[in-house]
Amino acid sequence: MSTDPSLPVHHKEIEEKEDVVIRFAGDSGDGMQLTGTQFTHSTAILGNDLSTLPDFPAEIRAPAGSLAGVSSYQINFSSRDIRTPGDAPDVLVAMNPAALKTNLKDLKQGGMLILNTDAFGPENLKYAGYTSNPLEDGSLNKYQLYNIPITLLNNKALEGSPLSKKEMERCKNFFALGLMFWLYQRPMEATIQWIGQKFKAKAELAEANKMALKGGYHYGETAELFKKHYRVPKARLAPGIYRNITGNEATAIGFVAASQLAKTPLVYASYPITPASDILHELSKHKSFGVKTCQAEDEIAAIGMAIGASFSGAIGLTGTSGPGMALKSEAISLAIMMELPVVIIDVQRGGPSTGLPTKTEQADLLQSIFGRHGESPLAVIAAATPGDCFTMAIEAVRIAVRYMTPVILLSDGYLANGAEPWRIPDFEKLDPILVEHPTANSAPFIPYARDEKTLARPWAIPGTPGLEHRLGGLEKQDGIGNVSYDPVNHEHMIKTRAEKIARISRDIPPLKVFGAETGDILLVGWGGTFGAITSATEALRQQGLPVSSIHLRHLNPFPSNLGDILERFETIVIPELNLGQLALLLRSRFLVNAHSLTKVQGQPFKVQEIIDGVKQLIKKRGVETWSSQPVALPH
Amino acid sequence: MVESASGVAPLTGAPQLTRKDFISDQDVRWCPGCGDYAILATVQRILPELGTPRENYVFVSGIGCSSRFPYYVNTYGLHTIHGRAPAIATGIKAANPKLEVWVVTGDGDALSIGGNHLIHALRRNVDIKILLFNNRIYGLTKGQYSPTSELGKKTKSSPHGSVDYPMNPLSLALGAEATFVARTVDTNPNHMKQVLMRAAHHKGSAFVEIFQNCIIFNDDAFKFVTDRQTRDDNAVILEQGKPLIFGKDKNKGIHLKGIKPEIVTIGENGVTEADLLVHNESEQEPHYAFLLSRFEAPQFPVPLGVFRAVSKPTYDQMLGQQIKTVMEKAPGDMKKLLHGPETWEVI
Ligand code: SF4
Repeated sequence: MSTDPSLPVHHKEIEEKEDVVIRFAGDSGDGMQLTGTQFTHSTAILGNDLSTLPDFPAEIRAPAGSLAGVSSYQINFSSRDIRTPGDAPDVLVAMNPAALKTNLKDLKQGGMLILNTDAFGPENLKYAGYTSNPLEDGSLNKYQLYNIPITLLNNKALEGSPLSKKEMERCKNFFALGLMFWLYQRPMEATIQWIGQKFKAKAELAEANKMALKGGYHYGETAELFKKHYRVPKARLAPGIYRNITGNEATAIGFVAASQLAKTPLVYASYPITPASDILHELSKHKSFGVKTCQAEDEIAAIGMAIGASFSGAIGLTGTSGPGMALKSEAISLAIMMELPVVIIDVQRGGPSTGLPTKTEQADLLQSIFGRHGESPLAVIAAATPGDCFTMAIEAVRIAVRYMTPVILLSDGYLANGAEPWRIPDFEKLDPILVEHPTANSAPFIPYARDEKTLARPWAIPGTPGLEHRLGGLEKQDGIGNVSYDPVNHEHMIKTRAEKIARISRDIPPLKVFGAETGDILLVGWGGTFGAITSATEALRQQGLPVSSIHLRHLNPFPSNLGDILERFETIVIPELNLGQLALLLRSRFLVNAHSLTKVQGQPFKVQEIIDGVKQLIKKRGVETWSSQPVALPH
Repeated sequence: MVESASGVAPLTGAPQLTRKDFISDQDVRWCPGCGDYAILATVQRILPELGTPRENYVFVSGIGCSSRFPYYVNTYGLHTIHGRAPAIATGIKAANPKLEVWVVTGDGDALSIGGNHLIHALRRNVDIKILLFNNRIYGLTKGQYSPTSELGKKTKSSPHGSVDYPMNPLSLALGAEATFVARTVDTNPNHMKQVLMRAAHHKGSAFVEIFQNCIIFNDDAFKFVTDRQTRDDNAVILEQGKPLIFGKDKNKGIHLKGIKPEIVTIGENGVTEADLLVHNESEQEPHYAFLLSRFEAPQFPVPLGVFRAVSKPTYDQMLGQQIKTVMEKAPGDMKKLLHGPETWEVI
């Protein structure tokens, strides 16, 4: 590992650790997301496996020092293979009393607590609801407490800078970052470079931030406070080229890849909504691939534009979150009726209504599968990890164009903003996506002629002479596609559209069981809970308990071997971040007595919560409804 | 560079299209006597004259009587959902700017449920033609008042008279700064043809309000401009560069007093043609056209013709241009995209 050569040679003791969970917490204005991202970036370059959990308020700038304004960023990094951002931080960096107050409960017993004592004045303490100063009242004695006047030290490190005092103070997150870099032996080059880039136009600001960063690093090295620092060796990841990626980035570049694989241009129409907007931002940067992005006037227009684009022969995409999904539902039914390929990505957040816009949840599953008028089946798939968003974005496009159907791709706030190291695939080795647009021949054009295998109709596009045809929302006669009010034809078309979707399961690879192929307990998960469920299964198996797990990435239709697998286990347990939506589906579809393990707190599962839940079930076996929380389930 | 195919002569060797080429095999199902028939016939008459290959036309509609239109025109077409046609048309045009996209809509479809999409398509200057069949009633749902029905109108859903103030479609379009705004009447095929031809040749959003008679639920709603006895006094035909003159005897005109229009009689009180407002559709700012759009009978003659026709880059053109510029500089490199800003290797 290399660091800035101008820094003193390390002389303090170094202890090796397998994995560490750090949480940076501070005011929204303290730059905690930035600090976390930079720490993550350097950690990724160092070759650790990692997983992150950014957590920020919905308000852009909640009042400074308030509990509501606390923003945090958690990173779990390891020399092992890890799948979650970690249950409880080993280290909490709290930049003010409010951050301490809201985050302390999560810190591990005896964990390291680094506080910016300069922020613990009477006003801030009162604002955070402290009646006595925790720095003085002994309430923090059970932690390894590091009281550091970060603001003061930072300002000292910046002595001579032309910045005002207020501007200098804003650099203090870099001081804290520098200290953490020293404490965990991370290289600073990447951040120094990033600062140079970011503040290109403001040399003195760039200089000050760099000085703050180095100041923090030096402080760790020279101050007597820290007796030792730590090293987390590289993870033994599968060989390959890696990058750090968030779910939203992976989704966006997955769509670009799909467009290239299909040799078909992409039109992404979207209305800004948290936490999906970053997909729009990312795609709007990729004009060099011919990607057209349209910022629509509303959610309905966005899906409308995607449908129009798709009719014209482009890959029509739209992205949103739960409230936007609700608005799009009528238009999605139109796409089902017209049998056009459209992909809708739903980055789920806490609902209903505006709910918890910046927090994660998995409560749009039933909306995705059923939330439309009439019998309106479509394909629903879900990404399991941030990197998997890439694969599933391609999968969504592949299904949409092969079956001429809208596809809903489910992501969530946790996947969208969370980052992980991602092994970059070899683009040349990805399967191409076959897109065919018919041209005229002597036979009359039949808009609803069906492919024998997939039941898909031809994707004839405007501009093709001789294939002029009209599509619409009215029921149509199978084949020729004329408006038809014939009752028998209507039923036939309803069943045909359903059958078409059901046949997608033929293309879905069989599910693989993690753990034993048969046995006592099977955990069934879907979407962003993959990491927590898999880690819990692993831990339970290590404790000798007969637990296996499967993870669904295809939710409609299901993989064809799902029923078989469910039958091979005594007890089915379904951990979900909702009140049991997949459980409802599996119970009705397979008549299995599925137990729900639910959590709806805007936060991902902790591994321990699933472990505890399963153990509790084992203890109480025989009880019909059961949940990790004392929640009455609606079924 | 405008990427549109319209206005381009058909390729040599391509057969000259006729009206019949634009008639689909579907039976037209509007009520006998409905004004929609005349509009359909006029559109089918002008399409072959525009020189665009038939396969490059797309007709898009929403929901309502008028929205059945695409089924009857033998081009590409989409009969979509209520109010959303302008958004869907925008997507079509964004994906393929070479297509000639026409939106057919009604007063309920465009102004009520789809108001938002209408104003945004117009403000973006998407190169689409929007025909608003205004019959001042909901026809397909059997006779409720619409956003253009008069205050106090008695309908099935307003037995005591509507308490909704009506909306003026042209004022709305001008408020959204549509680059082409016009009005015509279903009973005047020649005028309609002229106006629709102008719309077809306009590059950008063209918005045409067509007074359309619903013989079943709102018969004679536009009698004041269709009846031979009254029409000359109730309508003023807009002609570029000509003074606003109307009336049976062609002796009435519009004079602007300050910012207020007033009706004057030529030859009375020393008024001559030189005192009249002269029509200028190419005023850059929409104030003048907006003033015209406020003329309502019987206080003022209702203007028919082109209110505004100005030129500015279209949405689809700019969208395409940005991509072209970026791609010319450096076409996308998939490997670079996948690799992102920073990578590391695990061996
Ligand atoms: S109800 Fe009115 S608008 Fe509709 S088709 Fe009949 S006459 Fe025409």
